Amino acid sequence: MTATQPTAAPGTEAGEQPAVTGPAVSGGRKAQGDVRETLYFALRNPKVLIGLVVVLGFLLLGLLGPLFLRHAPMDYAGPPMAPPSADFPFGTTTFGQDVFAQFVAGLRSTFLVGLLGGGVAAVIGMTIGFVAGYRGGLIDELLNMLTNVVLVIPGFVVLIIINAYLGVRSVPMQALYIGIFTWPWVARAVRSQTLSLRSRDFIDLARLSGVGVGTILRREVAPNMYSYLFMTFVLLFGGSILTAASLDFIGLGPTNAMSLGLMMNQAVQWSALHLGLWWWFIPPGLGITLIVGSLYIMNVGLDEVFNPKLREM
Amino acid sequence: MLTLDNLDKVYRTGTFGTSDLHAVRQVSLDVQRGEVVSLIGESGSGKSTIGKMVLHLLDSSGGTMTFDGRDVTKLGFRARREYYRKVQGVFQDPFSSFNPIYKVDRTFETLRRSYFPRVTGSEWRSRLDDALAAVTLEPDDILGKFPHQLSGGQLQRLLIARALLLDIELLVADEIISMLDASTRIDVLNLLGELKGRGLGILFVTHDLSLGNYVSDRVVILYKGRVVERGETSAVFDDPLHPYTRDLLASVPHLDRTWDEVEAEEAERTQRLAGRCLYHEAITAQGRSLGEEADAADGVPDGVGLVEYAPGHFVGCFRKAAEEKCPAAT
Ligand SMILES: Nc1ncnc2c1ncn2[C@@H]1O[C@H](COP(=O)(O)OP(=O)(O)OP(=O)(O)O)[C@@H](O)[C@H]1O
Ligand SMILES: [Mg+2]
Repeated sequence: MTATQPTAAPGTEAGEQPAVTGPAVSGGRKAQGDVRETLYFALRNPKVLIGLVVVLGFLLLGLLGPLFLRHAPMDYAGPPMAPPSADFPFGTTTFGQDVFAQFVAGLRSTFLVGLLGGGVAAVIGMTIGFVAGYRGGLIDELLNMLTNVVLVIPGFVVLIIINAYLGVRSVPMQALYIGIFTWPWVARAVRSQTLSLRSRDFIDLARLSGVGVGTILRREVAPNMYSYLFMTFVLLFGGSILTAASLDFIGLGPTNAMSLGLMMNQAVQWSALHLGLWWWFIPPGLGITLIVGSLYIMNVGLDEVFNPKLREM
Repeated sequence: MLTLDNLDKVYRTGTFGTSDLHAVRQVSLDVQRGEVVSLIGESGSGKSTIGKMVLHLLDSSGGTMTFDGRDVTKLGFRARREYYRKVQGVFQDPFSSFNPIYKVDRTFETLRRSYFPRVTGSEWRSRLDDALAAVTLEPDDILGKFPHQLSGGQLQRLLIARALLLDIELLVADEIISMLDASTRIDVLNLLGELKGRGLGILFVTHDLSLGNYVSDRVVILYKGRVVERGETSAVFDDPLHPYTRDLLASVPHLDRTWDEVEAEEAERTQRLAGRCLYHEAITAQGRSLGEEADAADGVPDGVGLVEYAPGHFVGCFRKAAEEKCPAAT
């Protein structure tokens, strides 16, 4: 269970965020059939494959699981404190709620929080990074200052305060707040890559073709770092899940939804540990650990795929 | 056609511009139609910076720029788009001029989308073929390839072809032949000659004096961001005045004269000009003193201006770097 109780969520403590060691921009991915080649190496990379299978497995369970459920997550559906059985694969809680139903619902909010939180952080971070890196000058300095300010804010603490006082009670809301505090390292990374791309002559040539800033960023700069942006998103996705789980666990999660962190929170609250109801807290704990762990392993694998120098020949 | 008047460029480096780098100082020059003007200077002298300011890829920090009498010092996005119909550039490094993840065709496609959205596919294709033929490239060898599959010379010529697709009047060519081998070099130089014949003005940036000599009608010698001498190519090359120009030319082999003749001539010139500064002599002859001139130039350090030594042959103060003292002042 300790594995699911991080003292510092990587998503919020930007300083500890594992840096994405993306392929050097100057490496310039080229060659015909680039996409197919990348896919070929990705599907042969055991790290990517394992990570993908685990994450997709949980995703499918979350998406399709509800179709086979007979009880709603909060229904008092069966005998209290029943161990796993054919009727209740993950057993029941002290109140007789179906743990499996809760787990499936929790998976949904976990993926939702990852997608939205990661998405918000990615959009903010990349926009700021692109603009700061491309425009330079005063705009860059101002955006840099903003980035650094948000970077040094102890995000997790602020999230706790926001959650406690503003009463974040829905999953998308929680995801939004998480996203707002996790973008700075993305902005920094994207900015430095954009900076190095900006000085290349093909950017100037595009300007000589009368093309505007937005188009240049979209069509010339970003495509050069797709692999990097993708890896960044994977990390953000995992970070958001972990942060959300931590918030839920300390009782600051959404009230109108079930989540894996909330399950653990309730398990602890109702002394599942002392009562020996292991089926109540092991599934959500293991679920989060496996999903986040797989995402990070996948990221390492993707690094090898995108960076030919790291490929094992 | 293009006139730069006291153009300045200060690079702001360090946070909030705490340390500045004065890369281009009070540069004045002009390029006319049907003329090649060479901008010659050593590495770091600010040649590319001037080229980029002309192309509006960098903002100038002072001075003015006019094109056909119209002020083009500051241009908005739309005005710049129109400007680029007439003024185009080819850069120093062909490998970095193409986005490595796309086929080279895309460079042309970008131009088409931007400026010729109504031209049909077949019409465009024939224009493209013409432009490629002008730079002696076979479309079949080039199109559909990625930049790393082509040679530097081929890429460089592709860039020239790109500029030709627009009906341009001025081409800024930044060291476009330093990457080429000897035979392609001649091809490209001849192409420039032909373009000049068609009435194009060319600002030819180079650090290679013999190339400057070969192609240009007029030369501008740049040293540490300052124009030290400019004039007709023959005038400057036959009678270099500024110490820096003389140093430069001393290292260039002459085909029509023996080494001894050249050395003798240079020794005579050294003797004639030693300890003098033609610029300040001319200023004094006009009845102005050295200190007055600095005031007249609005506090700008004196010696960044030029005087006309002979018709069309301008020379600046004989100091080298702008911070140094004039040799005649001591
Ligand atoms: N973006 C920049 N920021 C700060 N300083 C710059 C920048 N670009 C160029 N410089 C400086 O300005 C000076 C002139 O540079 P520029 O590129 O114009 O030289 P150049 O004459 O083209 O040299 P080369 O022959 O090597 O191409 C150099 O000292 C250079 O270090
Ligand atoms: Mg240069």
